[in-house]
Amino acid sequence: MINSELIEKIKLNIIQGRVTSDDDGFDEGYEGQPATVELIEEAVKTGVDVKAIVLNALTAGMNVVGENFENGTYLIPDMLASAEAVGAAMDILAPHLEQSGFESKGKIIMATVKGDLHDIGKNIVSIMLKGAGFNIIDLGTDVSTDNIIQAAKEHKPKFIGLSALLTTTMREMENVIRTLEKEKIRQDVKVMIGGAPTSNEFAREIGADAFCLDAFQAVSYAESAV
Amino acid sequence: MGEDFRKGVLVRQPFKRLSDDEVSAIDRASLMILEETGIVCFNEQAADIFRRHSCQVERNDQQSFQIKIPASVLRDALLSAPSRVKLGARDPRNSLILDAEVPRIYFGSGSETNIWLDTDFETFVNEKDQNVKRTLPVYRRERGTVARLSIAARLAEELDHLDFFIRPVNIQDEDINEENHDVNKFYASLSNITKHVQAGLTNIEKLDDVMRLAELIAGGKDALRENPIISFITCTIKSPLQMVNDATQKLIEIAQRGVPVVISSSPQGGSTAPIQEAGMVMQINAEILAGIALSQMVNPGTPVLYGSVPVRARMDNLHDMYGAPEFNQYNIDCIQMARYYKIPCYSTAGVGDTDVPGIQTTVEKFITHIPIAMAGAQYIHYAFGLLERTNIFCPVQAVLDDQHIGMIKWFLSIPHIGKNDLDEARAQIIKVMGSNQKLFVRFVRKSLREGRIYSNYPFEGENGDETVIEKARARMDQMLSKPRKGIAPEIKDEIFRTVPGLVSRLHG
Repeated sequence: MINSELIEKIKLNIIQGRVTSDDDGFDEGYEGQPATVELIEEAVKTGVDVKAIVLNALTAGMNVVGENFENGTYLIPDMLASAEAVGAAMDILAPHLEQSGFESKGKIIMATVKGDLHDIGKNIVSIMLKGAGFNIIDLGTDVSTDNIIQAAKEHKPKFIGLSALLTTTMREMENVIRTLEKEKIRQDVKVMIGGAPTSNEFAREIGADAFCLDAFQAVSYAESAV
Repeated sequence: MGEDFRKGVLVRQPFKRLSDDEVSAIDRASLMILEETGIVCFNEQAADIFRRHSCQVERNDQQSFQIKIPASVLRDALLSAPSRVKLGARDPRNSLILDAEVPRIYFGSGSETNIWLDTDFETFVNEKDQNVKRTLPVYRRERGTVARLSIAARLAEELDHLDFFIRPVNIQDEDINEENHDVNKFYASLSNITKHVQAGLTNIEKLDDVMRLAELIAGGKDALRENPIISFITCTIKSPLQMVNDATQKLIEIAQRGVPVVISSSPQGGSTAPIQEAGMVMQINAEILAGIALSQMVNPGTPVLYGSVPVRARMDNLHDMYGAPEFNQYNIDCIQMARYYKIPCYSTAGVGDTDVPGIQTTVEKFITHIPIAMAGAQYIHYAFGLLERTNIFCPVQAVLDDQHIGMIKWFLSIPHIGKNDLDEARAQIIKVMGSNQKLFVRFVRKSLREGRIYSNYPFEGENGDETVIEKARARMDQMLSKPRKGIAPEIKDEIFRTVPGLVSRLHG
């Protein structure tokens, strides 16, 4: 397969939201055919330009997915399937990105704060941000402030994304921000928050940089604030 | 089976309220009433029929007879009642198979209301702030007419979850009287819908005109027998335990012709029947069994439905009260009794006590729609558009009911737990557990495309209930803009030539 064909195929599979060959696509008849993971592996093996893969297959594919979502053709599961496919592609491409001169949009630390195990929203946001080209460091659930601070010092992210579902745990977000200030790293990082009980008002009150109602707002904010 | 028919929903494990012992006990109590107390019969021909079948018949007065039916006679008569009844349709794919031993449920309309409720919208301005405006539904009460009945049938054709049509509105046109009421109501219905049409008969003299009309549409006498596109409802019983002259005569005549017929009783707990569950069910069961026995004595094998419409009285005005928990108790018990006798059950659900669509109406309708469906009644009438008990038919409400009944049918559908389903689900779980985010969202897509996932409530909006009505009205308009599925012109001409009394405006 020549390189341009391979890139087109990867783009198509991103649009179809297929991670591996046993996945269905948005349209019928794809099951069993090579999907994003297999095609990316082939591309890496045959030395296709990594930058071209990212820009012409992954980014271009996600642009089509975004349009399809905007015009109502795609629903959330379609969008997430495509974002997951991009995420899987980026995992394979990661070791090759630096040498190809490709720069990620930046690191984002994601965490569900201490005392809270509800991470569906945080996971969806992570998938979408990764699909948009960010490097996600997901610390998981019930993450203590100390662990978040430690990860921030280690990875030097552009953003920290905090989630909480409970009114009893959302205050922990404020604690994270105060500790970032105390540790004098607050100015180096943007803090975005989300979760059912949070709001714009709450974000302002605790001094967060942004409240994100959903994954789309999170992507939009991160892209605008890079 | 090799037959085309509507699939309705097969209820896997019908909900039972009564134990088997309780069902037997009610059976014995009902038979004891029929044997010892008996029924009052105002029809002399029926009294003769009962006498010829070894019942004890005594004249009460000039008008009535006391009929006591021995249990053995009753049981013999019930033996010939078919457990499987086919109700045909203009489009044979819309036929219904009612099998007493198969809890396949169908929903349909009714009853013959006098008021047609139109829905419009007006914008209201807040008195305190002229900039605050709200568009709200306003309702207009209209008389039922043959034109409105035609619209109701056209709408019913388009309602996916309406399986059969009982005219929901009475026709009160000035040029329609007792002489031509039956042919016009049947023609207005049949010429606008390809589903089964059922109605009561206003004038027994016109039965053969109605039969002629149905034969012409079905394609002849034999075709009508094979595909009975119409059937009748007879309210033979006036509770408590009285067989009225007129309706009993209709039952006899319909049974002689072998047409499917509902034998219906509608006692009101607290006024014409005991309010206690045991008394209500014992009485209505005796009433319906007496009617069924008569139909089988007239013509063994007459296809009949066990027509149970037990209701409860409101204690402030003695009106029927449909949104009461007892309504479900009475009706579910009757469904079980019908199943015990192996006779398909004509049951009732979805009547609101309120007089306009809205939240209370939906609650009241759901509280009967769901349990009656779960109990596995084969034929559930009154389910679309009724308000203010059975006084009002509102077509916009019928659209809402269609949506809600679709949701109920969905929830009762057969589970997919086969080997392939389990293997596929296990593979999905394994795959997701191997991923970072552990989310199943992307695996929803296949089911979503195949329509195996319920989508959002189609009438939801930002402004609450008012938006619901507005959207339902828009859907109704869209349904009514579809082409009408009328009767072929040559058949229509033949009908108008040979069936007397049809009003010319129905020829269009």
